[in-house]
Amino acid sequence: MNSLETLKAREAEVVEEFDFFDEWMDRYEHIIAQGKSLAAADAAIKTDDNLIRGCQSKVWITAEKRDGLVYFAADSDAIITRGLVALLLRVCNGLEPEVLAKADFEFLSAIGLTEHLSPTRANGLQSMMKQIRLYGVAFQAKN
Amino acid sequence: MIDFAALRKEFPILDQEVHGKPLVYLDNAATTQKPRAVIRAIVDYYEQINSNVHRGVHTLSQRATDAFEATRGKLQRLVNAAHEHEIIYTTGTTGSINLVAHGFRGLLTPGDVIVVSQLEHHSNLVPWQMLAQHTGATLRYIPILPDGSLDLDEARRLIGANTKLLAFNHISNALGTVNPVKQLTQWAHDVGACVVVDGAQGLPHRPVDVQAMGVDFYAGSAHKMYGPTGIGMLYGRTEWLEKLPPYQGGGEMISTVTMAQSTYAGLPFKFEAGTPNIEAVVGWGAALDWMSAIGMGALMAHEADLMAYGTERLTAIDGLVLFGTAPEKSAVLSFGVADVHPYDLGTLLDQQGIAVRTGQHCAQPIMDYYRIPGTVRASFAAYSTREDVDRLAHGLERALRMLK
Repeated sequence: MNSLETLKAREAEVVEEFDFFDEWMDRYEHIIAQGKSLAAADAAIKTDDNLIRGCQSKVWITAEKRDGLVYFAADSDAIITRGLVALLLRVCNGLEPEVLAKADFEFLSAIGLTEHLSPTRANGLQSMMKQIRLYGVAFQAKN
Repeated sequence: MIDFAALRKEFPILDQEVHGKPLVYLDNAATTQKPRAVIRAIVDYYEQINSNVHRGVHTLSQRATDAFEATRGKLQRLVNAAHEHEIIYTTGTTGSINLVAHGFRGLLTPGDVIVVSQLEHHSNLVPWQMLAQHTGATLRYIPILPDGSLDLDEARRLIGANTKLLAFNHISNALGTVNPVKQLTQWAHDVGACVVVDGAQGLPHRPVDVQAMGVDFYAGSAHKMYGPTGIGMLYGRTEWLEKLPPYQGGGEMISTVTMAQSTYAGLPFKFEAGTPNIEAVVGWGAALDWMSAIGMGALMAHEADLMAYGTERLTAIDGLVLFGTAPEKSAVLSFGVADVHPYDLGTLLDQQGIAVRTGQHCAQPIMDYYRIPGTVRASFAAYSTREDVDRLAHGLERALRMLK
């Protein structure tokens, strides 16, 4: 599978998981579980440079490129936000920068998240997606 | 006896579901809902008397002006101002405070001191920072104590010979602390300083008597007391209102205008440039009638009962910490749970149909004091019930089971 196919396959997997839940409280429970299972990021990444604006909670995200693929490290001080970060990282980690730069994260609307979230949360999520795409662009440029 | 449970039926908006659950609205310190009487007054205004005020010779204009001025009279009686012209219509508490702060630009010089409290909403803080920046005056803060009350010993020490202004809130929006207005005002007046009180939370929850309290300015907003948004008031003592220059120029606020210069209208019109928010003033009048039919005494007793019950229910929740435990508090329960972000709690409460505020409540210095990212705030109004408190407590327990 190339990076784009991997991304699409991972997105489909997440959508399938969420389809299992009818109630939004259960979906939140699932998001929280994702947040809890996200490995705690190194405290060193929690710098102002890595801080994403536009969230009521704090989100730190950083990335590095190894063997042509991009790997992210991220964290948040709120668990639901952390769960959203975990979902994004699950689909994005270890992909080629070219694919990340153009990622549309359609799965988030497929599971109804983009419509369901409160405006502040939706803005925060937009900022995270934008940051991931920016890392894609930046690592592409370094080729 | 007022049947508070029945009052709820007068608020159409409360009769709805959010995320499939009956709405529990506990964000009243941000804005209260409006009873049918207020909504009807606004509709009636547009259907029957809409005209510009103070201008026309025609009948509708006269009726609109009468309705507009009637609210001023009600506000005068509400706060016991000595004169009706001491009530200025503004866009809200923020607008009122900015009016005063702007007016003081020519009255302060470097070396003068403005004293504010650490308990302030940003709207009673940023205008003073701007004034200090503009005039070179120094800003000093009355610190808070762990229970969220003001450190009065420190206040006494800070209010000194160079103090020209003292600004603080009657009731804290973030913690609910009720401040000793009369005492602080006395200390400020002893050194000849002007006293500005942010009454955004005071007017809806406590009796206000500006003459007995002795304050020079008292600001409030209609939307926090069952009235419309976009309208507020500034009470100002006549001598101060005469001393301050106009805030904005335009129609209504002038006496004569020539190409060379203008002379200003008398009070209160000197501060009311342009066509005002007439519908909102009329709606506010209806809200004031609605509140006075209940009576401040009954309202305070009702809210005190909810506060006692809410404090008992919430503090029984494992790990929950109340912020703001001053002896005198009003209608606000601000809290957090160790290792749980308020934003997560707010989201999961919303999913259960419960509306609360989360975050810093526009009062960042308070959050800095407690070293927390913010709190969850549940705040009460006349239509709040013990069932609302029960739903909140259950909602919190469920949320915490998910989060921990």
